[in-house]
Amino acid sequence: MNEIVILSGKGGTGKTSITASLAVLAGNDAVIADCDVDAANMHLLLNPDFGTTIEFFSGELAVINQKQCTRCRKCEDACRFNAIGYADKKMQVIPIDCEGCGYCEIVCPTRAITMSERKSGNVFISNTKAGSKMVHARLDIGAENSGKLVARVKNEARSLAVAGNKAFVIIDGAPGIGCPVVSSLAGANYVLLVTEPTMSGLHDLKRICAVIRKFRIKAGCIINKWDLNEKKTTEIKQFLQNEQIEQLTDIPYDIRFTNAMTKGKTIVEVPSPYRQILHRIWNEIKSQLPK
Amino acid sequence: MPFKIAIASGKGGTGKTLLATNLADYISQGVDTLLVDLDVEEPNDFIFIEGTNVNSVDQVKMIPSWNERQCTLCGNCARTCKYNAVIQLGTFIAVFNELCHSCYACSELCPANALPMKAFKMGETRTFSKGRLTFIESRLEIGEEQAVPLIRKTIIMADEIFHSIPFQIYDCPPGTSCPVVAATRHADLVILVTEPTPFGLNDLKLAVETMQDLGKPVGVVINRDGIGNSEVEDFCTREQLPVLAKIPFDREIAQRYSKGELVYNEVTNVKNALRKIASFVEKHFNP
Repeated sequence: MNEIVILSGKGGTGKTSITASLAVLAGNDAVIADCDVDAANMHLLLNPDFGTTIEFFSGELAVINQKQCTRCRKCEDACRFNAIGYADKKMQVIPIDCEGCGYCEIVCPTRAITMSERKSGNVFISNTKAGSKMVHARLDIGAENSGKLVARVKNEARSLAVAGNKAFVIIDGAPGIGCPVVSSLAGANYVLLVTEPTMSGLHDLKRICAVIRKFRIKAGCIINKWDLNEKKTTEIKQFLQNEQIEQLTDIPYDIRFTNAMTKGKTIVEVPSPYRQILHRIWNEIKSQLPK
Repeated sequence: MPFKIAIASGKGGTGKTLLATNLADYISQGVDTLLVDLDVEEPNDFIFIEGTNVNSVDQVKMIPSWNERQCTLCGNCARTCKYNAVIQLGTFIAVFNELCHSCYACSELCPANALPMKAFKMGETRTFSKGRLTFIESRLEIGEEQAVPLIRKTIIMADEIFHSIPFQIYDCPPGTSCPVVAATRHADLVILVTEPTPFGLNDLKLAVETMQDLGKPVGVVINRDGIGNSEVEDFCTREQLPVLAKIPFDREIAQRYSKGELVYNEVTNVKNALRKIASFVEKHFNP
């Protein structure tokens, strides 16, 4: 089983549209994982049935038993996150600031504080319209640890792939270079980069490539909306060559991507030349994977 | 007290940076303005603001460092740490900097004082100046995974040094999780930038929910108006969210943006949008 992660650094380059297209082309050979848990969108194109919901718990939250609390404020002094304060004549935890370190629990002389498990989102296991299984998630508002949720989504997808004897896991990664991205990269066999020829696109591509280099994973790149700035496209190609990243194809800016999305479809499900192009890319990626 | 606008969006690539940089530059033509790039994983505002670099400072977070000679190998630190950032391997204590949340528990509770906290570079903040615009940008070191501590530090620094600048714009990271909460909490108004597509709508809904949870007043800017469908606007009407401005889809904007240029002086539609946003702010908040 091989894992392919699609990343972009910058948001809005077309990463999810491309990932969903590959998911449709791969059909029942793949399990799909939407690891962009912060702003998950792939369900809008793959029409999953949200068949199974699993509650996701991660991290802890300090809870104060007011009957035992003597308001000595040692917890407040210990907390580095200003998550405990004195208000309304009692010590109170501000949940959004609590990072669950448990320091307050340890210093409390009356054992009035306990750390409780914290629900931070839901994981869904679905059947998609492409005939594949898909694992996706929704992080609760402002919740932490999206890196851990990403790891959970990936692990569920891996288990499904192993159990169903599938050849691939196709993973839509998060934007940025932080913990959700690092989490989605762990264990990957191939990274597909989707970038755009803008100063921001190239700048973010360089940063994400520096992360990929650390992981030593084989990578290929699609330059989307290449005709927006031909000079920048040339510059990106030069950069990819220096990085020894295969430049797979250029895709022009085409309103048909948005039009398809508006109908809940991927670009390979509507008439356009991109079905053939992405089919070729998918075969190319497959040929690069370890046997 | 300065007036603080946070520019955010659920979905990436909707035009946050375009709006933040153009709005900051536009407003700074009339009043002292601060622009802060809090998208520390992928900061891009600097591309559009050609200011003079005033200074650069390293941003550090405090990490425990093991003092082998003092350590009694009692294992208290490893048991205390909830993040698996401190682990005992036989007679060795390993600290994983990128997992550490700087809670100080392992260090201050160590009976042998064998884990003193030491500064560790997590990023850098640069300050630029351009006319009446002051611009600060923080960037996370490659390999550093936690954006929130750097975002918090940057906001504290802005408050300490630039509290006298009356108008402040904060360009936030995309998404709806902890980095966005950290970046928007102190704002007086949150402008959510979206696009009129199903992706844009889905992520706008998440972002609106987050901001309502935080009790923030929200305004929406619809970028690339004309593509997709009307569902974003219908949603805003239904939810009584003010649409501050619409920026029509225009290849010229995309092309100028791709070259790293500000666009409002050349593209009338963008200037009009900025004017509308500025007058909304004046009317409703009277900063």
